[in-house]
Amino acid sequence: MTRTVRWLIVVASLLMSAAYVLPLWRISLIAPQYPEGLGMRIRINDVTGVKENDLESINGLNHYIGMKRIEPDAIPELKVMPLILGALIAAGLGVAALGRRVPFVAWAATLVAACVGGLYDYWKWGYDYGHNLSEDAIIKIPGMSYQPPLIGPKQLLNFTATSWPDSGGVALVVAGLLVAVALVLAFRRPRHLAGGAPPLATS
Amino acid sequence: MAHTFRSRSLLGAAVVLSTIAIGYACTAHQGGAPSLTASDAAQKVYVAPGAKDEFYAFFSGGFNGQVGVYGLPSGRRFKTIPVFSQYPENGYGYTEETKQMLNTSYGFVPWDDSHHTALSQTNGEDDGRWLFINANNTPRIARIDLTRMETEEIIEIPNAAGNHGSPFITENTEYAVASTRFSVPVPNRDVPISEFKKYFKGQISFIKADEPGKMAVAFQLAMPGFDYDLARAGKGPSHDWMFLSSYNTEQANSLLEVNASQNDKDFVAAVNWKTVEACAKAGKGKSAPVEYVHNTIDPFTRTAKSEKLTSVLTVDPKDCAGAVYFMPTPKSPHGADVDPTGEYIVAGGKLATVIPVHSFSKMLKAIEGKQFEGELDGIPVLKYEATLAGEVKNPGLGPLHTEFDGKGYAYTSFFISSEIVKWKLGTWEVVDRVPTYYSVGHLMIPGGGTRKPNAKYVVAMNKITKDRYLPTGPELTQSAQLYDNTGPKMKLILDFPTEGEPHYANAIEASKIIDKQVKFFKLAENKNPMAVRAEKETGVSREGKKVHVRMTAIRSHFAPDNIEGVMVGDTVLFHVTNLEQDWDVPHGFAIMGNQNGELLVMPGETRTLKWVPPHAGVYPMYCTDFCSALHQEMQGYVRVSAPGSNVALTGTLSKGPSAAPKAASADAKQGDAKKQ
Repeated sequence: MTRTVRWLIVVASLLMSAAYVLPLWRISLIAPQYPEGLGMRIRINDVTGVKENDLESINGLNHYIGMKRIEPDAIPELKVMPLILGALIAAGLGVAALGRRVPFVAWAATLVAACVGGLYDYWKWGYDYGHNLSEDAIIKIPGMSYQPPLIGPKQLLNFTATSWPDSGGVALVVAGLLVAVALVLAFRRPRHLAGGAPPLATS
Repeated sequence: MAHTFRSRSLLGAAVVLSTIAIGYACTAHQGGAPSLTASDAAQKVYVAPGAKDEFYAFFSGGFNGQVGVYGLPSGRRFKTIPVFSQYPENGYGYTEETKQMLNTSYGFVPWDDSHHTALSQTNGEDDGRWLFINANNTPRIARIDLTRMETEEIIEIPNAAGNHGSPFITENTEYAVASTRFSVPVPNRDVPISEFKKYFKGQISFIKADEPGKMAVAFQLAMPGFDYDLARAGKGPSHDWMFLSSYNTEQANSLLEVNASQNDKDFVAAVNWKTVEACAKAGKGKSAPVEYVHNTIDPFTRTAKSEKLTSVLTVDPKDCAGAVYFMPTPKSPHGADVDPTGEYIVAGGKLATVIPVHSFSKMLKAIEGKQFEGELDGIPVLKYEATLAGEVKNPGLGPLHTEFDGKGYAYTSFFISSEIVKWKLGTWEVVDRVPTYYSVGHLMIPGGGTRKPNAKYVVAMNKITKDRYLPTGPELTQSAQLYDNTGPKMKLILDFPTEGEPHYANAIEASKIIDKQVKFFKLAENKNPMAVRAEKETGVSREGKKVHVRMTAIRSHFAPDNIEGVMVGDTVLFHVTNLEQDWDVPHGFAIMGNQNGELLVMPGETRTLKWVPPHAGVYPMYCTDFCSALHQEMQGYVRVSAPGSNVALTGTLSKGPSAAPKAASADAKQGDAKKQ
């Protein structure tokens, strides 16, 4: 693999480590009584309120509809995710050091799997919170569930919930794009070597 | 054709007549004030739904003893801040945490009469930290914290009676100055009233005011036994001085309306407080025993503590040369107001036909040149002409108070002729006058008593409203009137009713306060000994005949909400902690038949309500502040049994239907319930 490809992998791996500091996802809630809004930030190892007591306020509101409390300590993913990400970053740096395509492809495939798995798990978590409601819920609306949107806005009773990747999530997306570019570059090179003629513009 | 012509001219005449009639009616209603169409005026005071006012205005409540918070220019009222009177609406003066705020050397006093507000200042400018206000009847000064809009500190003023000339703030809030309206025997004791001149003194108190929780009577000045009325601190060059008006220099003790109106001139006292301070420090004062109290709220327990103080330092002007001078002033002066440059002292001689204005620089020269016309109790009396800068001639009837715009003009209220008169400092010419409806007392310009007025508006505070509002029986509302002051002429743009009787008010740019508002109290910082931080810490316990209920409130239940084992003869103390940590979610608490107020508990705060159930039965309790969609469900019961009954003392909260099978045993262990 060329130096460019290897460096792209290094940059992508390092970019992924931004997720240790920056929040991955953000869910915002706006209602008439909450013009200032409430919000949650999902970090790799924690769920926090956007403002000081937002998480507590969201839990307080959720009790009306029988949702479980969001207790970061009770979410196993928040303990596992940092390890998985660490392993992926280390592997990425390893792949760059080796400079060979087979491990690179394997790593890229693992990234895709981790990404899909992660999103699925996040969706499932949201599904569970939104559907698995207490029998004693104060407000029960037949057919109504409260699963937060995976991405984009959704009306949940008096609240408009909006979900978007936060800065850490964006860093991961950008890292993913860099890996995709690296993949393309890694597999284009042998093709023009096989074709014999050098490209018109080379460095 | 002729017929048509005639009807046209008749029609024309009718139009002309009706125009004159309407014109006349308008003039009559506006009393000659420059006309402003209703829609122009409405636009100037219109604050659109959801928009905010430009100024906070704090109006003294007069005989309700409180402070009203309003917005300008809309005139909308937002809140009453309880200060010197019990306030059942939020439990102030009823709860165990706040009762001590109303403690005095006379014991618990549930009511007072508050007259003058004063904002804290830095470099002669309102800084928006605190609002001070006087209690007139039982002399005290309170400090209200403007981040919480809550009375945080009250100090009693010893040796005073009728704390009217109070509180007036020096330019860096070094002192809040309080002069006594009634002279009284010092120390107060059993003497014949007729021996007024022998025993009665008029104390001026200097209250240290620049540190929260540490207000203190630094020293008192023992002045002759006159009635002291109002005051203002000097500014800039006159920073070290206070100017205080006095009347009843005749020293009458009966039928003052006649006997105190005999002298041609009374006095404005000029007090160099720096000199008095130096005399006090140099040991020229005397400490004398006297009892008074200092009440403060601890910021973490949010509980009032009343501390008894036992002595005060008094300085006699005779022992402190150069500290006090009298400036003769016609006639029973009311306001003594200092202009933003600190040069002019405007006296509102209630019964005078002129507005006399003293000059600070002339006063200094007169002192230097010893232009005295005599001496009174060791205090030099300056010659009237020696300090006089000028007189506003025939300004109106009954001048009371003057505020300034910082552009060289003064605005004086006239009680008898019901008007505000604008005149020019230096030339003393009247440039504008507007009627008030009716009998204006104080007037107020935002920052109008400071170095930096913001004279966009002038506010009149009227004593009489007669035909201005829908009538409400014999007692009518008091009112404020807002004048637009952006042009050369003042224009009346709004009437609005006020609660109690506002004497004075202060307005301050909202931007100086709005961002500092506390939204809730942090539960983690709640140091009230009876606070609980979670439902599992709640419980019921007995201490002899006292039952403590440590309770929580959160949308939408109390924990515990079923209490049993209370007996007739017990005193129950409900310690309610509001577990909410969000803005605008107070919970209330009340119980049937309680001969006491209610609780209104702010988020994160603990408040305690005392209840002595008179007889056996079941008593409902509920949340009184509409807190949530299930507010109406936020309720519970207390069972009260006959004395000596063997009902166990328990406090329980159901776990909900799905947990029902387990609930019975879990509930029995709830909290620290004790068996009898």
